[in-house]
Amino acid sequence: MSDELYQTRIVALAKSKTGAGKLASPTKSARRDNPLCGDRVTIDVKVEDGKIAEIAHQVRGCLLCQASAAALAGVAVGRDAAAVDELRHDAERAIGRESGKAHDPFDAFEPVANHKSRHECVLLPFEALKEALS
Amino acid sequence: MTFDVAAVRRQFPILSEIIDGRPVHYLDNGASAQTPLAVIDAVRSYELTSRANVLRGVHRLAERATELYETARTDVAKFLGVQPMEIIFTGGCTAAINLVAYSYGQLLKPGDRILLSELEHHSNIVPWQLLRQRSGVELDMIPVTTDGQIDLGLLSKLVTPKTKLISLAHVSNVTGALLDVRKVVEAAKSVGARVMLDGAQRAPHGPIDLKALGIDFYVFAGHKAYGPNGVGVLWAKPELLEAMPPFHGGGSMIGRVTFAETTWAPPPRRFEAGTPPIGPAIGLGTACTWMAALDWTATHDHEMGLVQRVLDGLQEIDGTQILGPASLQNRYPVVSFMLDGVHPHDVAQTLDSFGVAVRAGHHCAQPLMDRFDLDGTTRVSIAPYNDNSDIDALLTGVRHAANTLR
Repeated sequence: MSDELYQTRIVALAKSKTGAGKLASPTKSARRDNPLCGDRVTIDVKVEDGKIAEIAHQVRGCLLCQASAAALAGVAVGRDAAAVDELRHDAERAIGRESGKAHDPFDAFEPVANHKSRHECVLLPFEALKEALS
Repeated sequence: MTFDVAAVRRQFPILSEIIDGRPVHYLDNGASAQTPLAVIDAVRSYELTSRANVLRGVHRLAERATELYETARTDVAKFLGVQPMEIIFTGGCTAAINLVAYSYGQLLKPGDRILLSELEHHSNIVPWQLLRQRSGVELDMIPVTTDGQIDLGLLSKLVTPKTKLISLAHVSNVTGALLDVRKVVEAAKSVGARVMLDGAQRAPHGPIDLKALGIDFYVFAGHKAYGPNGVGVLWAKPELLEAMPPFHGGGSMIGRVTFAETTWAPPPRRFEAGTPPIGPAIGLGTACTWMAALDWTATHDHEMGLVQRVLDGLQEIDGTQILGPASLQNRYPVVSFMLDGVHPHDVAQTLDSFGVAVRAGHHCAQPLMDRFDLDGTTRVSIAPYNDNSDIDALLTGVRHAANTLR
């Protein structure tokens, strides 16, 4: 049931808009599009000593994409590329692409597991951040 | 005749499906329409009693298959008011446009101009961009008005003696706007340009008199017109087909092959290389006959009555906005809307939980989305088998999305 998809935690994450906006002087920016649905995520990062010092995102996309970007921005600071990869694995576990239990905040996306057409909405911010850190 | 929606619905078994305890309210006809039993039976009958390749076999099954295939060509031709030999079966509407872009494109010179519009489906943009890369033609674009119609007031400025082809959507797959073909043909004739219409969203709403329209090329898709997947149609004036070189090379499209030289078969064979989509074409012929048997005055009134119900219902929900003509004038039964503060995909996903199937996103019309600075729209596209219950379920779902997601 799709109603179950839009559970309170996902809606709250999206509405929190954590990290929404731009950085004044990012070390790097990256933009990723989902050509199938037109969603677009732009991520700015300020990197110090190989770790994320600041992060901001602009999402032109659905609620799931906004929620995912907000969740990611909320936990990304202080992490390097390898640690961000770990976060992605957590998100992939939440949506059932990998086995195991996801952790907070990404376990909020567990209801997306049954909606394969929406998996990319959750993963798009990770794609953009990976590119920004590359 | 009057329109009996219940009788029409009975011909579409899929409409009786129950998913997660809810009936299906199918309002995604602009993406793919459903198929009536008559079409399913025709394809099944071909597969069960007449399956063989067409044209070259001398055995009975090949003769049966060829006869069914050519009858389908005749049925499609009748639907469009043209001659069977002017009908080319393609793999789809996109394939038909690519055929024209390649084969008619071979007749164009660097510097020749092709006029498109801002609301075209990517299928009527990208093939021309590929031609531009290959041959140096130039592309021009007619902007769209604020209510989502091609701004034909600009035709006189945009059509020049260099314009060789004007290729436009007969009905927009996003806004539902119906093109004023007469104005386009008039402008084209003033400079000797050709006119092609993308009929993907028009053909599912009744027979078309192409001769009366005065155009040069017409294309549409089988699966949007109650036919099977994997087949589309190109119609072109015979003198154009005669002048155009082949698109694909292979069997069936040749006159005589030697290693020194190959000659081409006359149209339509010249453009149907290899084994054509025989079963799908037979299904599409049946779909055209099925459509032609409806009373389209009554059917159109029924469809537009549903459009009015959508427009009225959406207007009562706070923060909805229609992208397209506000009234029933100049439109066909495709309605795009935005709900303030809720992304179209989230609207569509919520509607799915009410059993309502719609399409959300850019609808393969990204230049149009850019024009209105939109992420996308939610699109409702209506077919003759839709009824008030479909629209009421839609409106209930949109209200729910408005109440819960913003």
